[in-house]
Formats: sequence, structure tokens, C-alpha cells
Amino acid sequence: MTNSWTDIKNADLILVMGGNAAEAHPVGFKWVVEAMQKRKARLISVDPRFNRTSAVADLYAPIRNGTDIAFLGGVINWLLSNDKIHHDYVKLNTDATFLTKPGFALNNGIFSGYDEATRKYDKSTWGYQLGEDGYVKVDETMQDPLCVYQQLKKHYSRYTPEMVSNICGTPQDKFLKICEMLGEMSAPDKTSTICYALGWTQHTVGSQNIRTMAMIQLLLGNMGRPGGGVNALRGHSNVQGVTDMNAYAEVFSGYLSAPTDKDDTYEKYLKRCTPKAMRPNQFNYWSNFPRFFNSLMKSYYGKAATPENNFCYDWVPKLEGGYDVLHMFELMHQGKMNGFISQGFNPLATVPNKNKLSAALSKLKYLVIIDPLETETGEFWKNYGPLNDVKTESIQTEVFRLPSTCFAEEEGSLTNSSRIAIWKERAVEPQGEAKPDSEIMALLFMKLRQMYAKDGGAFPDAILNLAWDYAQPLEPSATELLREISGKALSDVLAPPDPANPSAPRAVLVKAGQQVPGFAMLRDDGSTACGNWLYSGCWSEAGNLTARRGLEDPTGLGVYQNFGFAWPANRRILYNRASADKDGKPWAPNKKYEYWNGKAWTGADIPDMLPTAAPEIGMGSFIMNPEGVARLHAIGMAEGPFPEHYEPFETPIGVNPLHPDNPKAISNPAARVFKGDLEAFGKKEEFPYSATTYRLTEHFHTWSKHARLNAILQPEAFVEISEELAKEKGIKHGDSVKVSSNRGHIVTKAVVTKRIKPFPVNGQKVHLVGIPFHWGFTGQTKPGYIANTLTPFVGDANSQTPESKAFLVNVEKV
Amino acid sequence: MDMNRRQFFRVSGAGLAASSLVALGFSPSAALAETRAFKLTRATVARSICPYCSVSCGMLIYKLGDGSKNAKDHVIHVEGDPDNPVSRGSLCPKGAGVMDMINSPARIKYPMVREAGGKEWKRIGWAEALNRISKHMKDDRDANFQTTNAAGTTVNRWTSTGFLVCSSSSNESSYLTVKVARGLGMVGIDTQARV
Repeated sequence: MTNSWTDIKNADLILVMGGNAAEAHPVGFKWVVEAMQKRKARLISVDPRFNRTSAVADLYAPIRNGTDIAFLGGVINWLLSNDKIHHDYVKLNTDATFLTKPGFALNNGIFSGYDEATRKYDKSTWGYQLGEDGYVKVDETMQDPLCVYQQLKKHYSRYTPEMVSNICGTPQDKFLKICEMLGEMSAPDKTSTICYALGWTQHTVGSQNIRTMAMIQLLLGNMGRPGGGVNALRGHSNVQGVTDMNAYAEVFSGYLSAPTDKDDTYEKYLKRCTPKAMRPNQFNYWSNFPRFFNSLMKSYYGKAATPENNFCYDWVPKLEGGYDVLHMFELMHQGKMNGFISQGFNPLATVPNKNKLSAALSKLKYLVIIDPLETETGEFWKNYGPLNDVKTESIQTEVFRLPSTCFAEEEGSLTNSSRIAIWKERAVEPQGEAKPDSEIMALLFMKLRQMYAKDGGAFPDAILNLAWDYAQPLEPSATELLREISGKALSDVLAPPDPANPSAPRAVLVKAGQQVPGFAMLRDDGSTACGNWLYSGCWSEAGNLTARRGLEDPTGLGVYQNFGFAWPANRRILYNRASADKDGKPWAPNKKYEYWNGKAWTGADIPDMLPTAAPEIGMGSFIMNPEGVARLHAIGMAEGPFPEHYEPFETPIGVNPLHPDNPKAISNPAARVFKGDLEAFGKKEEFPYSATTYRLTEHFHTWSKHARLNAILQPEAFVEISEELAKEKGIKHGDSVKVSSNRGHIVTKAVVTKRIKPFPVNGQKVHLVGIPFHWGFTGQTKPGYIANTLTPFVGDANSQTPESKAFLVNVEKV
Repeated sequence: MDMNRRQFFRVSGAGLAASSLVALGFSPSAALAETRAFKLTRATVARSICPYCSVSCGMLIYKLGDGSKNAKDHVIHVEGDPDNPVSRGSLCPKGAGVMDMINSPARIKYPMVREAGGKEWKRIGWAEALNRISKHMKDDRDANFQTTNAAGTTVNRWTSTGFLVCSSSSNESSYLTVKVARGLGMVGIDTQARV
């Protein structure tokens, strides 16, 4: 979330789309209810199903699953055509005035620079024109046809209300009403927010779904302001923290880009990751990259990391390509992986195409499951009849199951969706011989280190020198780990030399051995160590700030500065400089947040700006971008700088109505498709219905089915279908049905509901099949088939998040 | 009056007993017998956070057991923490059922192994589990570690064992997990954030 749970109460309009907060995040949704009751805020729900969020919304609009960009692109077109944008904000805070390159084009659904063989774009025609001074060229009048504003207008002019309705199946009057309601939020004294979840991410165009909405929020002037922002309602309790701690291949702690084979020298790597400002007087925050990276290396390799050896850069594993979970299972399926360790994760039930996953796991030499509970993944080799019909004796994988503690049995910090890290206490002793994940990792590592010290082996240097200064090496404590994450001075941190008197002694800012107060004190010369720059300062000399429980909210805006620690720098709303106008004054008295007081930036929050940068300097609010403003035209995206509607890989209409004569532009041209998976996609002739998976309010993934109370509340698997489809197929409420995709089938119960209606799309009727995915062959619930047997093994072109929210199935009564 | 939650229960419990005795005709001075107090008054409370979704509701977890070695403690009650500014004491149906997850019969209590081709789990000790797993890891790493790529660039990576990191584990556990995995040269690292 760019804002926070408690900030939702400041919104005048809340759009819930690509999510169902009332059921999936019921307690967080209380802040939506608060805004509706106290401020008369309005709520819009856009979803393929009439869900419980829709039930309390002022306006509900149905949308065919997998068509969000068409809908939101239509909103952009309406806002630009009706001039309902926050002009001053857009000019100040976006790249609308920037000039794009003349060669940039969209030709029948494909952007310039496409290479069909590699399914990748050469992006040299995308992006901005640079002047001779090295800065981007701009047109303040926004009349130049090459400026981003005009390009944006041209791009979305095709997204007419008729086109939106034709692709999405949304009634035009409802679509237009939503445009009007959103358009009102362009007034400086109004803000609206968006709450989304996996309904947007789990598509082959997932990242662009979110980007399209972010662009709307920029056009309405809602970013960095109370009651605004783009708010991802995330999944697991610490999915935010674990992402921040670099638990995925492409990044290191705090989203430092991980080195690849192309970064063959340390200098090249730093050069790639340390951008130059693209406009005058910009903060360009990533210019600090070397400080953050070198400090991380000091945390990882301690004394062994020196300026002379480039802080052990050569020891860092280099990426040759993607190592996301889909790619790992693909490698496993090809027999290129021998071992796999799964910690608190149940991939067999949560990653698409269960049969492929099962075949892949069967090729492993060893599998290690670290979990407090039984999981389907751990039992993949066991025959559970039709629910898991495998030949046990032919599976040669050795499987280990290590008991880890559950959440109540360990202390430590978790980071919620609002980026707030909160410390929890240990409530109870572990059960049996269970141990915390950190202790299991320490035991395993110390064992390996011992073996390498004794017997040698491949490249032992990094193993033998990994910094391990924990008081009890076999049980590093959460407190010493959080101190390591926050960072400390290894030698005195000195102030920069005084330009007037360079030889004068420099002041000591942080003494050797002390915790640093924040990332501004991190240095690139080896004098500081920091496990994650984003969390720097969370354990300062003042102690563990994540353990704070202060409930003060001096402004009444829901800014609890003394409760936990929000990254970065305890900031509660990101980009909050944008809550003030060009001169540093609030956009409207009722939306006062951060402002310039004549000497410094101040307000309800920690300013997201150099505190002493006067507004006249023109330093932009989006300090992480070298251009200082937010991007409407973003070249970082795999499939184009402006989001374009593409159909799901399994499309129920078989055509992209925006480009009916170009079969190459039906689905995302830049999405990665593995060999063999293309053939595993189903066609609408055989699998005519559009399916989506989702959660129920009583269950959390395949986890809570082990809790008796939740098993009583929702004991048995089911799918939801409309009355129309039930009638067509002769299915009654409660009948057993077989739902099949091109990858497998499940047998389950049918719930026939009025909450689902067929979509009138492109001259045909598209039926939706809704599939809750909580069941499996373990647990207190009635055993059920794994829903992800059905889902396709293809991911978003940028994030590789699988397309679980739009795929094709058939339904038959059994 | 400055009173914590446990004292409040004690006082109100005593007050309730006293007033009932009066109603039954006993005078307060005769009320020397002690009534049984709520179990909660003997419980220890810890502040925790719901493990399920990312609202991260505050939880108060009550356990019985005095912390001595021979007394096994166990969770008897879980409720929302009213002093959490986000959840303000609420729990949803998932969080409200969390005690049954802590005490689930599906909890894994001991290290186990399923041998190649085997039909059942077999209980083993931690030492054997760690010995066997680290042997597998070292064998695989030593056989498949790449120090350079085809172009001669130093890459120092281990691609043939992958790691999925838990998204409900603490920041500290996940930081250490990744530090170890990267230290070993692993590149196949992912988490639930992906799916």
C-alpha cells in the first residue's frame, strides 16, 4: 500500500476492483465502512461476481474476468475527453509534458520494436527524447503531438464506452456512472482510493492492470495524499516483509536489483543500478545505490568484504534468467533440478497445473518440507485415490519433513500491508520438537559450514566467511537479527567534508559500534553494515521501534507515528510531497498533510522529500525516479509503455476486439510461455466457460482447513455457477459436477447462484465458473480436489504471477 | 484506579461472589470461602499478530502453564487486541479460529523422512535429519556449482536446488533464510508474493 489501512477513512470515494476486501480482508475493510459512515464516502465494486463487497457498495458493475485494462483504459479516455483531470497536479507530478521519441508507435496491437521469435521488445523507440544537456525535453503547453499527454490521449481514444462494454460485458450506463463518480475526484478537495488484490495480479497482464489504475490516480491527483494512493491488499501476514527481505531471485534486500551475467564487473553493475538525474535539481534517490549495496555486503560477509575486493562482489551469485516459482518447476520438470526446500509453502496446491508440479516433484532427488502443519506438497507421493492418484513406489524422491514453530511460538516482527513492521511476543512453547525457521536455517548452515571446513568442496569461500557473529551461533535471536537488518556503524561515520574548509576535522555523526538512526547514515566505504536499507532505523540507539505501541494520532488522520515502524523512515504515506502544490501549500484546506513552512517540509507525516528543499528548486515528489515525476509512459514494462488490453491466454471469445484481424495481438505478446505449455492451453470450443479462483472469508488458502472451527464453517469444496448455466447444463444446486480444463479435472459440488450472471461479450454470451481454492487431501475439512489442477502454467510478463483469475473450463454433471 | 486486565478480573470475580452470597442471606463478613476464579485469571497473556492475511490484526493469546519445565503450557484463548489501531479488537472468522490451528491435530511435531519409493513417514531425530539433508545439499552443490559461465564471467551460482521462503515467517527468519541461501550461492529463491 502507498497509504495505510487507517488512511482509507480519509477517502471520499473507494473503488474496490480486482479484489473483494469485505470477504478477504474483513477487518481492514472496516476502514472503508468508517469512511462511508463518517464522511459519506461512496463505494464502488467492480467484479465478475456480485460479492459481499458489492453487497454494501453504492454501485456495483459486473466485468468479465481478464478485461480490467479495457475497463480502466475506458476510464482514462473518459477523463481526458471530459477534461476531468487535476491539471496542476498532473503538470507538477507526472511526465505528461515530456516528449517521447518519434519512432514510437502501436501497430495493430503490437508496439514498435517487437521480436516475435524471442517474444521480447527492443525498447529503443520507447521513452523520452533527451536534449543536449542530457535532460528530457519537455513541452509545457502539452500541445506537441509527441508529448506524453497527447500520446496518452491518442492511445486511449480507442477505448470508447461502446468498446468497453463490448469487451467487458459491463452495461454502458454503469460504466459511465463510474467514470462520472471518479471524475468528481479530480477536484483538489477530493481524494479517492483503490483497494485491489490478487484479482488484478493473477493475470498475464497483471502488472499493467495495476499500472492503468495508478495512471488514473495520477490523472485525478490522488497519489501521495490522504485518502488516496494505490493500495494493494496483500496476502500473507508477512508477505510484504518477506518481499522486502529479498526472498525472491531478482532483487536483494530493499529491492536492490540483483546482479546478472551481464553485470560482469562490479563497476558495470553499479553503473547500471545507479541512475543519473533526468531533469534538473532532482533528488534521484537511487544515486545512493552503492551505499545500500556495500552496506548489505558488509552484513553478509563482514570483515571479508573490503573496498579492495569490491565488497565480495564476485561471491554474489549471478542470475542467468528468471528463477521464479514457475521457472523453478519448469526446470524441475525438465530434470534440471535435484533438490528443493519448501518452507511454510504449499506449492502443489497453490501453483498452477498440479499434475505438472507433481510430475516435477517426482523427478527430484530430495525434497525438504519445513512447516508447522501437514501439506499436500509434503504428501505428494502418497496415493489419495482420485484426489492424488500417484504411483507411490515409482517415486524415488527422498522427502524430509522438519517441524517448524507456528506464529504463536516465536517472537519477531511482521510487516503488514501498510508497510508497518510490528513486533510480536512469543506466546507459548513450541509443540513437540518444533523449532523456529531461523534456528532450522542456522542448524543447517552450521552443519554445511562444518562439512566445507573439514572436507572442502565447490567454492567454499562464501560459506566459510558468511558473517555469523551471533551470540549463540545455532540459535540467532530475533533481536540480534533485527539489529543487523537495521544496521550499525563499523567505524565512526563522519560528516561530509566542509567545502569551505576541506582540511577541518569532520564531525562524527554515528560512533563506531552504534546502531544507525536511518539510511541517510549508510556509507559506501565499508564503515557501515545494514541488512536492509529500507528498514534502516527500525532498531536505532532508541531501541526496537517495531515494538512501539503508541496510539497517538495528533492530526486525527489515522497517522499513528508511534505504533511500530513503517518503512521507509517511519513514513506512513509514500510520495507525500505531492499532498502540496507547486508552492508547497496544501491543495485544499481539508486535505492538508505535508507542506512547506517557509524553512522546511513538515506536517502529519515524515516528509517524502529532502526536508530543506524549498519548493522553488522544483525537486519532484517522486524522488525514487531519476526524472523526479511519476511515469504515465513507462519503459520498464515488458509489453509496452502504455497498458493495452490483451485477452487472457485462454480467452472465451478467441479474439481481441481491439485488433480483430491480428492473431498475434490476442494475448500478451511479451508473456513468457514454456515449450509444452502452449499446447496445454485450452480452446473455447472444447472448454467454453471462463473460470476464476478465489478465497472465502472463512478460510485462508490451504492453511485454515487444518483448524477445526474453520472446517466446520466451510467444510466442503464447491464451485459457483449462474442459474442460466445451471439450466443449460441441467445442473441443480448441490449436484456433483466435474470441472475440467486442458490440464486436468476436479469433481466438486455446484452452488447455483444469482450472484453470477453471464456476460454479453462481442456478440456472444460468456459464462463464469467461480472456484474457491481452499481444499486438498489433508486437513479437517472434507477431502477435496486441488483447484489448481485446472489453472494454466503461464504468468504475467513482468512479475510471472500465474494467470489463475482467467482460464477456460468445461462443466458437466456427474 | 490503576488496574490491569488480570486485576480487573480478580476484583470483579470477587465482587460477583460477594454480592451473590449476600443475596443468599450470608453476611459479607462470613464470606471466607473462596469461589473458583475464571481460568483466564491464571493465564498469561502475550501480544501477537494474526498469521493469516496482511491486515495483521493484533491478537492477545492466553496460555495456561507457569513456565516451569515439567508443566506443558497450552493456549486456551485468543481474542482481538483492542489496542491495535488497525484492528481495534476485531478478528475475522479466520483469525477467530486460530486457536484450532495452533492446536491442530495436523501439527508436525518431529522430523520425519519418507525414503525413496517408501509408503510411509518414519520418525527420525534432528541430528539424523540435518546430517542427511546437508549431505544431499553438499553433494548436489559440489556436483553442479558453476563458478564461471560460458563467457568466462565469474557467476558463482548453484542452480540445481531451489528454495521457497515462507511469507508468514518473521522478517528476521526470512532475512536469515535468504542470507544463508545466497551465501550458499542459490539463485532459485522465491516466495508466496509471486503467486
